[in-house]
Amino acid sequence: MAISTTSAPITYATRVDKVGARYQFTRALRIAVVVLYAVISLIPVFWMVTAAFKSRPDVVAIPPKVFFEPTIEGFISLLTKRVLLPPGMMEEYKQRPDLNFAERIMAERGQRITGPSQYGQRLINSVIVASASTVLSVLLGVLAAYAFSRFHVPGKGDLLFFILSTRMLPPVVVTIPIFLMYQQLRLYDTHLGLILLYTVFNLSFAVWLLKGFIDEIPREYEEAALVDGYSRLQAFRKVVLPQAITGIAATFVFCLIFAWNEYAFALMLTSERARTAPPSIPTVLGTGGIEWSAIAAGTLGFLFPVIIVTFALRDYLLRGVTFGALRK
Amino acid sequence: MQLTRTQPAHVHSRRSLTDVQIQVLFIAPTIILLVLWNIFPLFYSLYLSFTEFSVIKPDVPPAWVGLQNYNKLLSDPRIWQYFTLTGRYVVTTVALQAIVGFGLALFLRERFKGSGLITTLILIPIMMSPVVIGLFWKLIYNPAFGIFNYLIGYSVPNSGPDWLGEASRALWAIIIVDVWMWSPFVMLLCLSGLKAIPDYLYEAAAIDRASPWFQFWRITLPQVAPLLLIAILFRTIEAFKTFDLVMGLTGGGPGDATELIAVHLYRAAFTRFTTGESSALAYIILVIVIAVSNLYVRSLNRIRGENH
Repeated sequence: MAISTTSAPITYATRVDKVGARYQFTRALRIAVVVLYAVISLIPVFWMVTAAFKSRPDVVAIPPKVFFEPTIEGFISLLTKRVLLPPGMMEEYKQRPDLNFAERIMAERGQRITGPSQYGQRLINSVIVASASTVLSVLLGVLAAYAFSRFHVPGKGDLLFFILSTRMLPPVVVTIPIFLMYQQLRLYDTHLGLILLYTVFNLSFAVWLLKGFIDEIPREYEEAALVDGYSRLQAFRKVVLPQAITGIAATFVFCLIFAWNEYAFALMLTSERARTAPPSIPTVLGTGGIEWSAIAAGTLGFLFPVIIVTFALRDYLLRGVTFGALRK
Repeated sequence: MQLTRTQPAHVHSRRSLTDVQIQVLFIAPTIILLVLWNIFPLFYSLYLSFTEFSVIKPDVPPAWVGLQNYNKLLSDPRIWQYFTLTGRYVVTTVALQAIVGFGLALFLRERFKGSGLITTLILIPIMMSPVVIGLFWKLIYNPAFGIFNYLIGYSVPNSGPDWLGEASRALWAIIIVDVWMWSPFVMLLCLSGLKAIPDYLYEAAAIDRASPWFQFWRITLPQVAPLLLIAILFRTIEAFKTFDLVMGLTGGGPGDATELIAVHLYRAAFTRFTTGESSALAYIILVIVIAVSNLYVRSLNRIRGENH
C-alpha cells in the first residue's frame, strides 16, 4: 500500500502526476469547459424539443418562454390529417358530444380531423431502410477494411482511392442518372432501392474509418493466434473483430445517422410506398403558416430512435480501443 | 516423408481459405457494389456534360455540343467567385471543427462521473436531420422572434443583426451551424484515438520529466493524427458538397453571398434544369475534389507511414 495524504485510494495503476493539487484543478477546469460546451450546444436542441409541446404563439414569443403551458397540439397535427371548418359549421361541430380528446383540441383551432397522417408508415420505412443499409455497409465495410489493412492487395492505393472517390460527386448530380437507372431496374420507390443506395453511399466511409481502426490493432495478436493453429478466418473472428468493436460501433452509429437523415435521394427516388420520414417532415406545413410545433414533434419522434441506439452503444463508443502493451 | 501435422482441437476439419481467397471474398462485394452504382451514373453524367439537355424535356434528346458547356462555365468569372467562396467556407468550417472537436476530445479523455452522458449529449446535433436543422436555425436566427440575438444580448425584437439577411454575416451564420453540428463528429473520432494511447508512453515521459507541451506534441498528437486526419478528410469532402443546410437557411442569398458551388449546382440542375451544363459543372467540381483529396491522401499516407 502506498502512503498518501490524499483521500483517494492509490492503486498501483495511479500515476504519480495525477494526484497533485494542480492536476485536480486542471481536471475540474476541463470538466467545467466540457459541461459548458454541452449546455450551450444543447440550447437549440432544447429549443426544438420544447417547441414540440408549445402552442403556436408560444413558439415565437419574445422574451423566449422557458416555462409554458405544455400542449400536445403539435403531435396531433403531426399524426393527423385535418380540414379547416368554415366558421358557421365550427360552432355546431364543437357542440357535438362524440368528439374525442384530440378532436376537441383541434376544434379549438377550427379544424376537423379527417384521418391519420402518413407519419407512422414513413417512420417504419425509415427504420427498415436505415437499419438494413447500416448493417450491410458495416458488414461489407469491416470485411474490406480487414483485407485492405492486413494483406498486400494488388493496386491497394488505387482501390482505396476509388472507394473514397465514390463519395465526392455531389449527390445532386448523381440523382438524375440514378433516377433513370432505378426506373429501368424497377427500384424506384422501393425499400431495396434506397437500402442499396444508402449502403453504397456509406460504404466508402465505413471502409476508410474501419481500416483506420483495424490498422491500429497490432498484427502480433493475430500472428500469435495463427501460430496457435487458428485459421485466418478464425483469427479475424476471434481476435480482430472483438478488438475492433469500438470502431465498428462508431462506424455503425455514423452510418445509421447518415442513412436515417438522408433527404435528397429519399425525396427524388421515392413517392408513396417507400418514402422515409425526412422528406415528409418539412411538408407538415399547415394551413396557417409554418407549424413549428408539428415540425418539432416530428423531429423529436424521429430523433428518439437514434438517441436510444447511440446511448445503448455508448460504452463501446467511449471505451477506447484497448491495444494493450503490444502497440508500438 | 510427410509429417502429419497435429492440430489443436479448436481447428475445424474444414479446409480453411487461402489468404488470396479471403482477399477476394472480402473486397469483391464492396468493389462490385460501388462500381455498379457509380460507373453508370458517372459515365452518363459525363456524356450529358457534352450535350445540351434538360430532364424536364425528356422528349428532346440530348444534343451533342462538345466542349461548349465547359467553355461557358470556365470563362464565367462568377464560377470562380463561387469556388473561392466555397474554399473559404470549407477551410474555415473544417478548421474550426477540427479545433473544437479535438479540444473537446482532449477534455473528455479521462472519465469522470457523467462523462458518458455528457459525450452522448454533445453528439445530439449530429443526429438531427440537416433539413430540419436548417429550418429550426432559421427560426433561431430570426431577428424578430429568434432566440439567438436574445441570448447574445439583444433583448428587444429587431434590435440585433439580421444574421441571414446581411451579406457580411450570412456565411458566418452558416459556418456557426455547421461547426455546431459537426464538431462532435471530429470529437468522437479523436476520442477513440486518444483512449487508445497506452499509459506507459506518458509514464515514460513523466519519468523523464518531459513538459506537458512536449508530451502533447510528441505523444498525443502523433498518436491521434491518423483518426483526426480521416475525420478532417471526410469533413472536407462533405463541406465542399454542403447544400441542404444552405438551402434551408439562406437559399444562397442574400444576393449570392452564400452561393456555395454545390448550391449553384443544385440551382442549375433543379431550378433552371440545364442538365447538360450542370453535369459539366459537376465534373469540374469532381476533378477539383479528386485533385485536392489525392494530395491530402498522399500526405495522410506519409504521416501514417511515419507512425508505423
